[in-house]
Amino acid sequence: MKIDIILCGVGGMGALSTAAIISKAALDMGMYMKQAETHGMSQRGGDVQSHLRLSDKEIASDLIPDGQCDLILSVEPMEALRYLNFLNKDTGWVITNENPFINIPNYPEKEEVIAEVKKVKNSIVFDADQIAREAGNPKGTNMVVLGAASKYLRIDIEKLEDAIKDIFSRKGEAIVNANIDALRAGRKVADNI
Amino acid sequence: MEKLLLLGDEAIAQAAIDAGLSGIFGYPGTPSTEITEYIQGSKEAKEKGIRSNWGANEKTAMEAALGMSYAGKRAMFTCKHVGINVAADPFMNSAITGANGGLIYIAADDPSMHSSQDEQDSRFFADFAMIPVLEPSNQQEAYDMVHYAFDLSEEFHIPVMIRITTRLAHSRAGVVRRAQRVQNEIKLHENPKQFILLPAIARKQYRELLAKQEPLMKAAQTSGYNKFIPGKDKSLGIIACGLSYNYLMENFQNEVCPYPILKITQYPMPEEMVNQIYEECDSILVLEEGQPLYERLLRGLLNKGKKVMGRLDGSIPRDGELNPAIVGSALGLPVSKGLPIPSIVAPRPPKLCVGCPHIDSYNAINEAMVEYGVGKVFSDIGCYTLGALPPYNAIYSTVDMGASITMAKGAAEAGLRPAVAVIGDSTFTHSGMTGLLDCVVDNVPVTVLILDNETTGMTGSQDSSATGRIEAICQGIGVHPDHIRVLNPLKKFHEENLKVVKEELAYQGVSVIIPRRDCIVAANKKRKAAKA
Repeated sequence: MKIDIILCGVGGMGALSTAAIISKAALDMGMYMKQAETHGMSQRGGDVQSHLRLSDKEIASDLIPDGQCDLILSVEPMEALRYLNFLNKDTGWVITNENPFINIPNYPEKEEVIAEVKKVKNSIVFDADQIAREAGNPKGTNMVVLGAASKYLRIDIEKLEDAIKDIFSRKGEAIVNANIDALRAGRKVADNI
Repeated sequence: MEKLLLLGDEAIAQAAIDAGLSGIFGYPGTPSTEITEYIQGSKEAKEKGIRSNWGANEKTAMEAALGMSYAGKRAMFTCKHVGINVAADPFMNSAITGANGGLIYIAADDPSMHSSQDEQDSRFFADFAMIPVLEPSNQQEAYDMVHYAFDLSEEFHIPVMIRITTRLAHSRAGVVRRAQRVQNEIKLHENPKQFILLPAIARKQYRELLAKQEPLMKAAQTSGYNKFIPGKDKSLGIIACGLSYNYLMENFQNEVCPYPILKITQYPMPEEMVNQIYEECDSILVLEEGQPLYERLLRGLLNKGKKVMGRLDGSIPRDGELNPAIVGSALGLPVSKGLPIPSIVAPRPPKLCVGCPHIDSYNAINEAMVEYGVGKVFSDIGCYTLGALPPYNAIYSTVDMGASITMAKGAAEAGLRPAVAVIGDSTFTHSGMTGLLDCVVDNVPVTVLILDNETTGMTGSQDSSATGRIEAICQGIGVHPDHIRVLNPLKKFHEENLKVVKEELAYQGVSVIIPRRDCIVAANKKRKAAKA
């Protein structure tokens, strides 16, 4: 079993914490993993991405080869499109929040962006912000997206919950529970499709 | 042993703690910063009393590491590739003095310039200085090689470079730890003249360095880090250096690579092993994550030997980092492709954060410069380099740490008026102070803005050596106190700040303006930490 994931967004939207949660869950399951991140200057309001590779066998490259990514997981719709060159065009999934994060003057029309996401063979594009608010965790968009993706991750949702407990335990029980609630709410979206 | 999930940088740091490190010395720079930060945040390191403060610059840091080695203890120095330029003087000469306690220099290179102004390959520097290099291909090797490098350094009394690149530095994987080793006691070298590079001694020491090369090459042959992997198809042999080995293997996931491979992660290049693959194969492909150092050597000036492929013959792009597709294409393998990226996708360049004090500083500078025209503001390396982009378009140079002040000086001496320098607080104490002294000594009319956000911002808020000291430094250097002006870069003070900038631009001497306000990222971090 092998799964290649690109997690993306804009600096500060939580794409990298999502990567940390999946990594922790995978490591606890005894899987091999490699996770490459962007740091440094690009984080100042720029796009951020993480290549996350999980496998039951040893992994060679830290980077996912073009056309082999199984899942693009994004907290922002245009960012999901930025990495389509990596997506396996037949079997790959794109799961993304539908609300643009606009911090550039030439951001395209939202409808055009959503239309491009929907052109991908397997995609889920939904209002993750709304679901996060409904779940009582307005900052939990990244957890909602992760929850929706969990159906395709081949990692038990319980393992992801354990990883959330572990990673956020320092921040207190309330934060842990808020994130788990957002995760479960996201999973419901995928289950209802 | 315990398995940890670590960035390449963190694997190096954890290994150093486990291998008996007594001190880490460096200056922040992407992608090297997390090595020192990991040690600064490590409870174990604190318990062991490992020193870990940042240096003012790479040169001071490397010299301090050398001093710790002189005293017999294990020391590590870290920087990004361009930091080796700053530390080049101690780097070259410490090869000749040699080390006493184990001494490792980490150079974190940034091919493709994700966060850098060039993509120089630090292996050239090591080759130049004739010191051994380890170039790990994965996180576990990075961990293991730190242990080995300290031993190698102490065995041969030589500093050892560990060269990593961005993708290893900032990629996480599981790493298995080893048993811990205690720190060395203070023990001076038996030769009291080892570190005195007077010509007569230096000549002798230099011959010793030359004599070490043969056994170091033998070590690279026998340590097990360089591997010859046989293959049936001798039409091609592949020399894969460091990380490139992974990209090669990615192309052979479900099959065995048919070609013989020489995996290189330790230098000096083991000649016997290279000879074996060269003799055995009809042609050679050299994979280097960086510049074509060994490809060029293998091919020679006249390129009259066997066919050597790589970055120089176009089999691989001449610049930029490697990836699985580039290596696959060089081998003539079919390369998978994803979907085209839709044309509506717009770039999202990095920009100054909302609330950043530099925004207010640039607004004042731009307005004050209107009457003088464009092209007169020199800048430096830091977040404020983003002032080169819209909407500011405020600066006209960024070359190397500290160059804003000295370039403004040279331009002023050419007659450019006004000549303005924009430099950050940490960059000022890194390499700006000496340039300011030159301005004072020559009494050149320059206006230096030291944007003081009281941290090293771009690399993620590390302590700045400048904090609380800038006015005193400038006065000590000889800038007249009347022309050291401190501003609060906030929108509500724009008019008064503008007035000060205009006054100092008109002044025909050395003036320093210090807009001072906390980095917004650092301030938020502090607030969160206080809450927790």
